[in-house]
Amino acid sequence: MYHMTSMTDPHRGQFRLSMLFNDTRYRSLTYQAIAAIVLALAIWYLGNNLLQNLRTAGLNISFGFLGDPAGYDISQRLVEYDSQSSHSRAAIVGILNTLLVSFLACVTATIFGVVAGVLRLSNNWLVSKLMSVYVEIFRNIPVLIWIIIIFTIMTAVMPAPRAFRGDTPEATMLLDMFAFTNRGVYTPGPYFTSPFFANPFLNWVLVLAVLAGSLFATRRVAHWATGVQEQSGVRPTTWYFTLGLWVVPVGLLLLVMGLAWEIPELKGFNFKGGIKVGGALIALWFALSIYTGAFIAENVRAGIQAISKGQTEAAGALGLRPRRTMNLVVLPQALRVIIPPLISHYLNITKNSSLAIAVGYADVTATLGGITLNQTGRAIECVLLLMAFYLTISLLISVGMNFYNKSVKLKER
Amino acid sequence: MKKSAFLGALTVASIAASAAVAQDASTVDQIKERGKLNCGVTTGLVGFAAPDANGQWNGFDVGVCRAVAAAVLGDANAVEFVPTTGKTRFTALASGEIDMLARNTTWTFSRDVDLKFEFVGVNYYDGQGFMVAKDLGATSAKELDGATVCIQTGTTTELNLADFFRANDMSYEPVPIETNAEAQQQYLAGACDVYTTDASGLAATRATFEDPSAHVLLPEIISKEPLGPLVRHGDNEWGDIVRWTLNALIAAEELGVTSANIGELGASAGANPEINRLLGTEGTLGEMLGLDAEWAKRAIMAGGNYGELFAKNIGEDTPIALARGLNAQWTEGGLLYAPPFR
Repeated sequence: MYHMTSMTDPHRGQFRLSMLFNDTRYRSLTYQAIAAIVLALAIWYLGNNLLQNLRTAGLNISFGFLGDPAGYDISQRLVEYDSQSSHSRAAIVGILNTLLVSFLACVTATIFGVVAGVLRLSNNWLVSKLMSVYVEIFRNIPVLIWIIIIFTIMTAVMPAPRAFRGDTPEATMLLDMFAFTNRGVYTPGPYFTSPFFANPFLNWVLVLAVLAGSLFATRRVAHWATGVQEQSGVRPTTWYFTLGLWVVPVGLLLLVMGLAWEIPELKGFNFKGGIKVGGALIALWFALSIYTGAFIAENVRAGIQAISKGQTEAAGALGLRPRRTMNLVVLPQALRVIIPPLISHYLNITKNSSLAIAVGYADVTATLGGITLNQTGRAIECVLLLMAFYLTISLLISVGMNFYNKSVKLKER
Repeated sequence: MKKSAFLGALTVASIAASAAVAQDASTVDQIKERGKLNCGVTTGLVGFAAPDANGQWNGFDVGVCRAVAAAVLGDANAVEFVPTTGKTRFTALASGEIDMLARNTTWTFSRDVDLKFEFVGVNYYDGQGFMVAKDLGATSAKELDGATVCIQTGTTTELNLADFFRANDMSYEPVPIETNAEAQQQYLAGACDVYTTDASGLAATRATFEDPSAHVLLPEIISKEPLGPLVRHGDNEWGDIVRWTLNALIAAEELGVTSANIGELGASAGANPEINRLLGTEGTLGEMLGLDAEWAKRAIMAGGNYGELFAKNIGEDTPIALARGLNAQWTEGGLLYAPPFR
């Protein structure tokens, strides 16, 4: 009758192997363990298969090619590079180009998104409908198509540099300083003439340091103004202090360093001198920002609508104007809803920037994952490096944005 | 949920296992079992490989694919044409997605040795050239200092271009482009001053322009570009078949065997023993390749001999209008020289 007792009193029963499948307490654990083991085996099998196939084909995994001369040229390079530089240097040029376009696109997409999201809730019928049209058109067509459309329109509509040539040119420079061509926009570029400031990199670091100092000083002024306001109830006028703190130190520094502007000039086939913002960069930047901006607009709208209408009414009852209500009451609270999805949009921009090759922009997918991969044939190594790069960047963006999210989320005390 | 993960893992594992098995069977057996030759070609370069209005692939490289299919499978149409870009072609070949690559691919040391491919011969001796608009007034590539150059990425032309400008102490701005069609569009829109690729490719591209005479090819040829079909390392029987099919096309021209007279010449053994061996009326060359006796006959009948393929697709009577030049038979002062069939 031992059997019967164990039926009526299951807790005292001893653990038996069959209970792994029959007992609900263990069953789910058992299945999870089996699934994990099978998954691990499958991954091991695939990896092993890859290595074995490589070995039979006489290939091996080696990153030695990164030190070899790349042999190809890149038109947009933020650091020094020529065709004799190594493949790793070419990868760095690509990485910087990826970071540049991602950063620019994140900034402008946020601006587009916030403006469109707020305007979509506008009481003005035309404005809100226009914004709906923008959002629906741009987010419902793949970003690759947008990149190609914008680039194609740019190359077709803008004049070629040779249109600027001749006595009666078909195209002229704007203010004799800016040239808009189908290869990009040429703008005047700053440079320093003072012999004491010969290193351009250090000069810009100096300028940034002075600007950081100005930022600190203006923060102090604002802090002081708040202090006065709390004591007396009247906020002192500070805008001329702030303006002076921003303009004067940097202006003096630039004057001392002998700032001058180099005007682009048509020489031979292309404009020379000044700064060139390539057509590919513009197309990619614009397409990524306007596409992702449409998504961000929806987030912003959702965030604003998540704030109870009572908040707006309460602010109105206190006498705040609608614009101040939006800036001081609604948006700060809406940020809590907006930020988490915004993180994934920033990640999307960074990852979508890998479509750059469609317009010939030399991002890291085009250099390391394109030309280097092809010239060396090291497909697996290059793709592994690319994966590592995008993963690292995405995780860094995530960490940074989550940090920001913590600072704006509702503080529960 | 757990069950589906388990089944998913099983499926992945079994796919991987079947892929591993497929790698072991010989390429010829795989093709015969499949009933189709997977041949990698360009995404579209008129004269070399491009689909016509009916979706039929035509061209000089396509001719090589069809000849091989005719030799192995007995049907010149039993070819699956896989369009590849400069970037995807080697991965496609190395992974077994295609059996052979006939895509204006330059035979270089590192591709042959380091990438583990086998170039079976040369079907077009080419060199890299430059195309510019006529109204630019340039007469030599040495005048291109500062120019913006459109270039297909992942090609040897990219490296030659860098070398050429460095050697002549000139600067340029590269615009990397994925396919020939995109390059053409950019060049015509004036987004680049110069388009550079193999001279044959430039001629083929220019032939499709609305006004070909408004563009000139500069006289400089800055590199050697021997273009030829290639296969993977390691399956020498398959490499032999592709190599000797190409040689058969070249030898046929030299021996005067054309698609017009092949029926007569191949019907019974004639006076010329080499023609007899080639067409299988004498000897056992087909058997040595693991094919039947009429393999070469079918290959030649598929699109004609080398000269006929050339004349029909890229020769002087076509819009592309390429002269034979280096690609004439050795007996005519060219470089084509098929080893003897014996």
